[in-house]
Amino acid sequence: MPVQVTGEVVTVKRIGAYTAMTVTAPGIPELTRPGHFVGVQVGGPESSMLLRRAFALHDVQPRGVYGGTVQFVFAVHGKGTAWLAGRRPQDRLDLVGPLGRPFRLPAHPVNATLVGGGYGSAPLLPLARVLRERGCRVSFVLGAGSVDRLFGHLDAKRIADSIAVTTDDGSLGTRGRVSDVLPSVMARTDCDVVYACGPMAMLQAVAEQAAARGIASQVAVEESMACGIGVCMTCVLPVVGDDGLTRMVRSCVEGPVFPGDRVRWDDVGSVPPDTVGAVSAPGAHR
Amino acid sequence: MTVDLTTRLAGVEFPNPVFTASGCAAAGQELSAFFDVASLGGVVTKSIMMAPRSGRATPRMAETPSGMVNSIGLQGPGIEAFLERDLAWLAASGARAVVSIAGGSVDEYTQLAQKLRGRPGIAMVEVNISCPNVEDRGQVFACDPSAASNVVDAVRRNTSTGVPVFAKLSPDVTDITEIARACVDAGADGLSVINTLLGMVIDTTTMRPVLGGVTGGLSGPAIRPVAVRCVWQVHAALPDVPILGMGGIRSGLDALEFLLAGASAVSVGTSVFGDPSAPVRVLRELEQALADRGIDRLADVVGLAHRPPDTYVPEDPDPVGDELVPASTEETA
Repeated sequence: MPVQVTGEVVTVKRIGAYTAMTVTAPGIPELTRPGHFVGVQVGGPESSMLLRRAFALHDVQPRGVYGGTVQFVFAVHGKGTAWLAGRRPQDRLDLVGPLGRPFRLPAHPVNATLVGGGYGSAPLLPLARVLRERGCRVSFVLGAGSVDRLFGHLDAKRIADSIAVTTDDGSLGTRGRVSDVLPSVMARTDCDVVYACGPMAMLQAVAEQAAARGIASQVAVEESMACGIGVCMTCVLPVVGDDGLTRMVRSCVEGPVFPGDRVRWDDVGSVPPDTVGAVSAPGAHR
Repeated sequence: MTVDLTTRLAGVEFPNPVFTASGCAAAGQELSAFFDVASLGGVVTKSIMMAPRSGRATPRMAETPSGMVNSIGLQGPGIEAFLERDLAWLAASGARAVVSIAGGSVDEYTQLAQKLRGRPGIAMVEVNISCPNVEDRGQVFACDPSAASNVVDAVRRNTSTGVPVFAKLSPDVTDITEIARACVDAGADGLSVINTLLGMVIDTTTMRPVLGGVTGGLSGPAIRPVAVRCVWQVHAALPDVPILGMGGIRSGLDALEFLLAGASAVSVGTSVFGDPSAPVRVLRELEQALADRGIDRLADVVGLAHRPPDTYVPEDPDPVGDELVPASTEETA
């Protein structure tokens, strides 16, 4: 069950192209598992921006000097994130979390490959720690447009058994995309499971490459959300259920983590005609 | 000072006047993580249709200044799953359920009312008439007095006595009182005022409409003055008809504004997306605002803004010099 708390900003760090923000959030760290996210109110109580911004949780500390804290990482995309990046220690923030369904963990020690695009690596680092504690072998594949848009590759190096880095411009690691190196990493590490977080196009490529080798994947999707708690029906995408039927499911409460082979990647953004309850008749129902 | 917050809507008593709004609270269960849904006046459920419905393509939402435009397309599980799962949960939680129904034809509304008839836990039925009529070239029921009247008549005839039927009005009409009258003449026990305003956002980078559904419903504080105006006009035209007011309510004072305009209860909608505990906060703030004004009965403020200019009011909580000034003499008038 998520909680709504007023936290206080502890630190705001610029890391390359991103901002990492640590906020006190009593009650949230204890409930958080890797893959959970928080909804953050932006602009203050009288803000003209009504909707929460959703961020995957990176680091959580149930106790410490400041009590329980959560850390999330973001890039400035618009007015809301620009406001957030301008917060300073002791500023107050309204948080709701933990939200969503986290990554499912393997019951036995397995070989796991964790694929992150840009700051999509943020939830993968705590996941890597949990997997290592469970005796899993962890390999990272991290990619970004350029080195300043990579996040957490130094931490990943310390946690993981191996790491491969790609950048579109070749400013660090292999020039290219994560999908250029992922097949060889999966083969070399005798991979059993792939976890991924990043842009939708990357997730599709990763899910398809894993499926082609008969490897299970779990991907944390990025869909635009209004509420983050399951009431607005904004963040839906077509996902195949256990019964084989496609439904428009909410990525905030049924995701953001989905089995990669259940998402109908080519149909994201549309309602496939065979979706349960698909509307063929025209008209502006609202 | 204790304030009597009870309110009556067409003969049904509610412990307080703050409700959720249709489409902004699902069927209450998700919000129960943040507050006890039975502590609200009522929970207005997302409009339900006969069949399961997938809704529209994404993107379904665009944030706008003090508001948002949405084009969800009434995604829902269909009436059978709703009764079995959602209504049963609401009834068990002790909430007063206000079931919102939506249809593409008078017949669908009739069937929905029949499905709801006699079910326990239903305090009211709200008829979402802002739907296109598939039998009339997609003409929206709420924009045509006779179509609206046909739907309301069918629902009222098929709903248990003792369960009020409220028609939810669209502000996108020339004269909202004309539709209001048509609904009341057809048997509506009350009116929900207002639904979203039709809006649209264009992405200046892709140079295309943002929403998958192209147009969508504008909601949030941006529409509040429109909603207050609509409540005012409907109450002035039909002073004896109870109104459930909604449109951009974010604080207790916002709620008070609707009550003063003539609403007997209010729904908190879009604000829930940014603040899941907004309904209980609004209720708390409203109670405080009434106490601050020396008002001990909520019912006393309903429609109070319509009083003649020289009418006495209890006390001025925040005196700024002048006694009550008739609107016509204010500097901004």
